[in-house]
Amino acid sequence: MSAVKATLGRVPRPHFKVPDSRRGKIILGILAAAFFYALPLLNIPIITTPDSDFGGVLFTVAIYAIVALGLNIVVGYAGLLDLGYVGFYAIGAYTVAVLTSAHGSLPYFLVVPIAVVLAMISGVLLGAPTLRVRGDYLAIVTLGFGEIIRLTAVNSDWLGGARGISKVPPPTSIPPETTDGLFQIPHLVWDGAIPSIDYDTTTKFLKFGVLDAVPYYWLALTVVIIVLFADTLIKDSRVGRAWEATREDEDAAEIMGVPTFRYKLLAFAMGAFVGGLAGSLFAARQGFVSPQSFQLLLSMLFVAAVVVGGQGNRWGVIIGAALVVYLPERFRGFADFRVLIFGMALMLLAIYRPQGILPPRRTRRAKAIEAELEALEEGVDEEQPELEHRPNA
Amino acid sequence: MPDVTKAPAPAQPGEPSEAPALGAPILEVDNVTLKFGGVTALDGVTFDIRQGEILGLIGPNGAGKTTCFNVMTGVYKPTSGEARFRGTSLAGLKRFQITRLGIARTFQNIRLFKSMTALENVMVGGDVHSTTGVLRALFRTPRQRQEQKKVEDRAHELLELVGIASRANELAANLSYGDQRRLEIARALATDPKLLCLDEPAAGFNPAEKAKLMELIKKVRDTGYTVLLIEHDMRLVMGVTDRIVVLEFGRKIAEGKPAEVRENPAVIAAYLGVDDDDAA
Amino acid sequence: MQFLFDHFFELTITGLALGSIYALVALGYTMVYGVLQLINFAHSEVFMYGTFAVVWVFYAFNAGPDTGTATTIALLLVALVAAMATSAGIALLIERVAYRPLLTRNSPKLVALISAIGASFALAEIMGLRDRVAKFFQVDGPLREYVSGARDNRSLPVSIQPEPVVKIGDYWVTSIDLLVIISAIVMMFALDRFVRRSRLGRGMRAVSQDPQSAALMGVDAKRIYRITFLLGGIMAGAAATLYMIRIGTTRFDAGFTLGVKAFTAAVLGGIGNLRGALIGGLVLGVAENWGSALIGTEWKDVVAFVLLVVILLFRPTGLLGESLGKARA
Repeated sequence: MSAVKATLGRVPRPHFKVPDSRRGKIILGILAAAFFYALPLLNIPIITTPDSDFGGVLFTVAIYAIVALGLNIVVGYAGLLDLGYVGFYAIGAYTVAVLTSAHGSLPYFLVVPIAVVLAMISGVLLGAPTLRVRGDYLAIVTLGFGEIIRLTAVNSDWLGGARGISKVPPPTSIPPETTDGLFQIPHLVWDGAIPSIDYDTTTKFLKFGVLDAVPYYWLALTVVIIVLFADTLIKDSRVGRAWEATREDEDAAEIMGVPTFRYKLLAFAMGAFVGGLAGSLFAARQGFVSPQSFQLLLSMLFVAAVVVGGQGNRWGVIIGAALVVYLPERFRGFADFRVLIFGMALMLLAIYRPQGILPPRRTRRAKAIEAELEALEEGVDEEQPELEHRPNA
Repeated sequence: MPDVTKAPAPAQPGEPSEAPALGAPILEVDNVTLKFGGVTALDGVTFDIRQGEILGLIGPNGAGKTTCFNVMTGVYKPTSGEARFRGTSLAGLKRFQITRLGIARTFQNIRLFKSMTALENVMVGGDVHSTTGVLRALFRTPRQRQEQKKVEDRAHELLELVGIASRANELAANLSYGDQRRLEIARALATDPKLLCLDEPAAGFNPAEKAKLMELIKKVRDTGYTVLLIEHDMRLVMGVTDRIVVLEFGRKIAEGKPAEVRENPAVIAAYLGVDDDDAA
Repeated sequence: MQFLFDHFFELTITGLALGSIYALVALGYTMVYGVLQLINFAHSEVFMYGTFAVVWVFYAFNAGPDTGTATTIALLLVALVAAMATSAGIALLIERVAYRPLLTRNSPKLVALISAIGASFALAEIMGLRDRVAKFFQVDGPLREYVSGARDNRSLPVSIQPEPVVKIGDYWVTSIDLLVIISAIVMMFALDRFVRRSRLGRGMRAVSQDPQSAALMGVDAKRIYRITFLLGGIMAGAAATLYMIRIGTTRFDAGFTLGVKAFTAAVLGGIGNLRGALIGGLVLGVAENWGSALIGTEWKDVVAFVLLVVILLFRPTGLLGESLGKARA
């Protein structure tokens, strides 16, 4: 299409358009995924974080992306302000720690489903009484919940108290007990703009060890992709519509037959599920779990990631998560000012751009209409071949 | 041309499998009194709505029309008396349950889901009778896909019925006022109601638009729905309704065919002075 | 349980003293919520800056362990004024920077909450980074004493000894206990009287119920908002002074926990209700003490959070019900 236009002497539109065809999207998706899997190995100079392990940073970005997607369901889709999301994250992490280290030695991949289910149950338990209260109160109640979880962890000896639980073993490698994995993948090293392969720095596929964060990153990235798929599927169904309607106008939704309380609870439960999942990944990489990791600030960072990204926009919240993690790491010199900058950024965002960094959400269909309008604008004095490609109104 | 002759089908088990006979009462307001904070908003109001008719509910400002309407749609609970829909008392039911029973409504001040498209708005209404949930959506089971398609197709049909099919993919917030009102009607119809309640659907319309609305309401009734209409505009009410109930100060003061009600001295006295709308 | 009975009077009276401090801070939350229907998440920092003002006054006058009683009392009075001024100033700053732009845009309340959260973190961090800030403005030399140890605890350089005054039960109520409780009650009554009798107070009540009608009656809503923040700040400054007298130590992040507890107190008493803030504070202070006697002191903070969650779930209108503002569904 664009090729035809170009050869007719028209200047092609300079901006990047996501391909409309399904095949185009799939190819783009695969390329993008490949890029992200390869990213820690590529070590691209401008992107790589100078003072910290890039693989580790990417891992944290992936974890936060999972959290952001989960919180996006609660805050972005269903419109429930949850300031205690760190609680679910903590439950996921602590369950892993307890069952693989402190009070058991079950294999990691068996424990993860347990952790996730526990987190989900806690989501339902928290949601059932609290979702009936009004908006700003809900925020405070959830904040209280997050703190209660943390303080309980601090004060409970069987959860390790203030020191937490250490010696959380890494997940089982493939093959198990291996030192070198199935094969090794070297990293790239750059001299200015010239890459060369560094055979000394390798990532062993697929060994979950203590030093190399990359396999953990790959695991987390895979989870991100799965969660993204699930999110898309659920959003484009009556569940997603019910959430949006509830967020837009709860009373009207109820009158249109949406059992809003049930759907709010469902959003909470799903958000908790995803939060717990992120927490269990965190515990595996971290190797220890302590209450320090679950401060209120973290809940706020999570919320910030969602708000920055523009509520309800799954790509936006991933970008938000990436910004929240990546920027402080990339610009380590400002590390001490992280929280200050974060606070000011939140204020500025709330005042000047509450809808988030990305433009407001558009549906596929609305985009289709825009494409149609653009085609109309461009194709007015052209041959009719455009007509048969216009989607049916 | 989509099939708009489909009569509303019952969706819940345990309900009669045919619509009630034409003219049989489907919603009964039985001696409803509603007091709040020392004010008696409704006082012993009794009337019924019959299958297949368009019933108008009118009265001067403050008469209690909206309050009565809210009792009939389950938003308010009466202090005494009850509202019954096809035999089932509406007291104590949650609002979404009332919608599932078969009562749908629009809002005087338009409450669409602004950031959703027109099609999506209507689909939310259609989802009322869907039975699939998260898991099935996740795995895109055949049943879920079938349901989704059904809801989507029906939504297109309804948009066509009310006349805004070309606007299906526009955000509700971007529609013109008239189109928003129509969308509300389409959305309410999507819930497959036995009774459609319209709360001042002509507010803000010019006479030409009101005429079109009258046609639409009649078309909706002819398709098989029963309609309750609250309106201020006398001409609209007289022109479109089969029967009228008149309220004043929370009491019913008249009930009957439009021609009778128009001549009723109590009604004339209540209104004393012609509505500006009427003079237009 | 035994511990609770043995020390009942001590726990209760010290609980009332602690609760009085909560009550004074709670007034700020409750007023802002009552008039603006906003949760001023940053009010905790309003309090925290007040505590530092107290410490700094003592630094400024080179007070130390050998400062005499009369001087200490004089310094405390100066500190009280300084703290109230500082807290009021921070409160007005928050109003201007974090809230006012949003009020003009008619934003949803959740956005205001996020702005407040940002302000809260920013303000706390500025205090926690004051050495770097001072360095940036190149005043860290002369101000060293004030800005060093930016993330450490900071204590009053004098120790204020409580004098036993009267015996209730088996506990000798101290001068500090009495000072704190009586000051709080007096200030609350003064504020209550102001709100009920004065023109500004009437304006506050009008704006809280219906800003548009109030505007039609000639009430300048924006001015009322500023006054509301200002009063809340003054109360917090007083609370900060009493806090430093009683507890003596502060930190850049000391605001958070106290803030949550004060908010709990406000909600407990009925948000928007001034007397409720006092009752809520006192009840919370006592409950905290009894709770920690029953289940251990390490769970003290949890008591407040659990109480908060429980009230919001079961009786969100609080003990005395909402009053200043109208209930919003």
